[in-house]
Amino acid sequence: MSRPILLRGGRVIDPSRGSDGIADVLLQGGRIEAVGLNIIAPDGAQVVECAGKVVAPGLIDVHVHLREPGQEDLETVATGAMAAVAGGFTGICAMPNTDPVCDNQGVVGFVIAQAQRAAKARVFPIGAVSLGQKGQQLAEFGELVGAGAVAVSDDGKPVASSHLMRMALEYAKTFGIPVADHCEDPTLAAGGSMHEGIISTRLGLKGIPAAAEEIMVARDILLAELTGGHVHLCHMSTRGSVDLIRRAKDMGLKVTAEACPHHFALTHESCLGYNTNAKMNPPLREDLDREAIRQGLKDGTIDVIATDHAPHHYDAKEREFDDAPNGIIGLETAFGLAMSELVNTGLLSLPELLLRMSTTPARTFNLPGGTLATGAPGDVVVLDPAVQWVVKPDAFFSKSRNTPFAGRTLTGRADLTIVRGQVAFQRTS
Amino acid sequence: MPTPLGKDLTALEYLSADQIRLILDTAEPFKEVSERQIKKVPALRGKTIVNLFFEASTRTRISFEFAEKRLSADTVNVASTGSSVSKGETLVDTARNLEAMHIDMVVIRHHASGSAEFLGKRIRSSVINAGDGKHEHPTQGLLDILTLRDKFGKIEGLKVAICGDLLHSRVGRSNIHGLLKLGAEVAVCGPASLLPRDVESLGVTVIPHIEDAIQWADALNILRLQLERMTAGYIPSLREYNRVFGLTAARLDQAPKDLVIMHPGPMNRGVEIDSEVADGPHSVILPQVTNGVAVRMAVLYLLAGGAPDWAQGGGSE
Amino acid sequence: MDERAIARCLARMASEIVERARGTEQLVIIGIQRRGVELAARLKRLIDDAESSHVAFGKLDITLYRDDLQAVGPRPMVGETTLPELDGKIVIIVDDVLYTGRTVRAALDECADFGRPRRILLCVLIDRGGRELPIQADIIGVTVSTGAADRVDVLVRELDGEDAVAVVRGG
Repeated sequence: MSRPILLRGGRVIDPSRGSDGIADVLLQGGRIEAVGLNIIAPDGAQVVECAGKVVAPGLIDVHVHLREPGQEDLETVATGAMAAVAGGFTGICAMPNTDPVCDNQGVVGFVIAQAQRAAKARVFPIGAVSLGQKGQQLAEFGELVGAGAVAVSDDGKPVASSHLMRMALEYAKTFGIPVADHCEDPTLAAGGSMHEGIISTRLGLKGIPAAAEEIMVARDILLAELTGGHVHLCHMSTRGSVDLIRRAKDMGLKVTAEACPHHFALTHESCLGYNTNAKMNPPLREDLDREAIRQGLKDGTIDVIATDHAPHHYDAKEREFDDAPNGIIGLETAFGLAMSELVNTGLLSLPELLLRMSTTPARTFNLPGGTLATGAPGDVVVLDPAVQWVVKPDAFFSKSRNTPFAGRTLTGRADLTIVRGQVAFQRTS
Repeated sequence: MPTPLGKDLTALEYLSADQIRLILDTAEPFKEVSERQIKKVPALRGKTIVNLFFEASTRTRISFEFAEKRLSADTVNVASTGSSVSKGETLVDTARNLEAMHIDMVVIRHHASGSAEFLGKRIRSSVINAGDGKHEHPTQGLLDILTLRDKFGKIEGLKVAICGDLLHSRVGRSNIHGLLKLGAEVAVCGPASLLPRDVESLGVTVIPHIEDAIQWADALNILRLQLERMTAGYIPSLREYNRVFGLTAARLDQAPKDLVIMHPGPMNRGVEIDSEVADGPHSVILPQVTNGVAVRMAVLYLLAGGAPDWAQGGGSE
Repeated sequence: MDERAIARCLARMASEIVERARGTEQLVIIGIQRRGVELAARLKRLIDDAESSHVAFGKLDITLYRDDLQAVGPRPMVGETTLPELDGKIVIIVDDVLYTGRTVRAALDECADFGRPRRILLCVLIDRGGRELPIQADIIGVTVSTGAADRVDVLVRELDGEDAVAVVRGG
């Protein structure tokens, strides 16, 4: 049984209850014991002075690639979970495009066991939609959920067959889980390595038009309407997508969406000079798209911020742009980027941001956490919202270093991350 | 005085107008060297240059080889097809291995856009881009511009239409950048499915029909249509391409002025250009080839040193 | 030297050239870029006027044959080279100043790439001493003794607006 922890005098923001004010938070027995003023520390409690800091429910990232099993040289469940708590995340969802694919209870169980061994952030596996993610035959959702999966996705790839996607949405209703789709029309996007626009023209690279994403977004929305199932749209990047989602929500459909920090922070101009750390899928888009994503986060069209944390080896990214793999890591820069780009610019308030990074992710995927209500899991993060720090990839807890933000000064990061009522991360420098 | 060219020549997009003019002016004396009995000067004697060609190319490689040999450099040809991944050795490793043998310059042609720049950032030798993917083919752009300058005396105000598959053309891109910097008016002409996204943002106008381009331009640069475009669905057939977009003698007859016709080669006779036109009096296709060697000699000469010494006189030694 | 002195000098050099070449039939006059070319053109005119001839004339740019090109540094601009037939001719190479001799060495190498003259003679307006190679001038305007810190400036009307030679003592 761990020591109780008293977080004293911080600005306590609980988006689940709309509360925001100076208070103390007491964690005991692995749970939130109390939130209030002048809480007396029980015997043996660890007291943390939080004046000037923000105390919030732990951040939750619903889109992370942990690479284990199969590519442990890039990342493991343990290192990923450590990177997560360093970034302020108490819970992450692990995408199934591992090797072997997470399409059976064996892999789900393995991932959960590795996470428990690491005892850092909670890891919620996402199972595959189709066996081997081949897009042909549905995986056994029941088995996956029974073993601990919280959703299904073929991420990495789209569910290309509309028939299969329909079946998945309908079948998933039985288990109350969302189907998370990587929205990309495969023939439109084929061969492309960045956004199709003026920059791809100048660089002589084949582009992926915005329509490639929007076509699938529209399709998934229509299927959500047809089936009544819950579709979660991964890593949205275009203004057209945001418009479609807004209308779908106005119609009351069960459509949720996520956006990644790089899509509200960068544009395709970052690809100039053939910078492979600016190569990901969906690609960085235009100014207007970035603006639309930000607005979507403001008005709730985009429900959550997720990182799509995608570790890659230095060698793999040290290649000609066409040949380099897609993706960047993001767990340890997400909060800093969000503070710098969304809160400090005046677009979102800090409570609104924490809603998108903690409470709503939990609700969308039906996960424990995202709240400081009494009795809730003891997953809490103490954030320093004002500290300025320089991104130094070599200091990352992640095994990989592929980030376009190296050397950039960000504002805000996690000081202390508590999972299950125990300190999982404490910043020393 | 233009800033020094730097270590590499990877793209005309990165050069200033002055730097482009410097290369063209430097090419002039080198034209004369190729007309001598002994077509050799010792300017690059003792320099080792590697021609690293990952894409099959006869004419460009030979042109570079002549340029190198006429400057008395030692040349080594490395030909390799397939991606780094399939060959098992990365582009960087290939180049670093060569560099460990103390070479001075690399001329690279590669199928990945950005590969010349990628290499230039990682090896100490000078890197010259002989065509990287769909991005640029700077020496081709330069020789095209030199050929136009020979014909018209200047580039400023010249109307040049680049016709064909701009989407996949590095020659097209280099020409666009170089011509615009020197003050020409540039238009692109071709089927909409083969024009790049937002191409007007580069500063060019789009002329949908070649007949209109012929009415407007002083010179046409006809790009090669690669046969793969048909299988990939960009155009329905070569026959239709020739019928609708080909530079035929009949179309050329409608020109209001003496149009200059260029083609980077190799030509698909009967597809983008008819033989009558290619071999006719308006064509400067062969002078382009001659200028190619001179331009490449100029580039090699300039990169082997730095910027020119403008200060002349004061007594020779 | 002022304009008149130079003119007198050139006149004397012109007749020396014809004398040494024993006439103008096999004569070729080649100027080294840039001031050598102007001086060579004047010598040709003087000779043609005196002898009613059309002496063959050439321009030589020796930049590509310089022995210091291997050093990394700014690339000198390459000027025009046009030479007439050289085989069997008596070639007079003309330059404004003879100093280390390296320019002349480069000129000799370049001529060898164009043909095989019967004889090559070197004609310079100023010989300032300081040779680093075993090269001597055959027809000289004026000999001046200079040190390494000194400068010899030759100005020609066609390029500089006036004719003059000045020796600037340094150090």
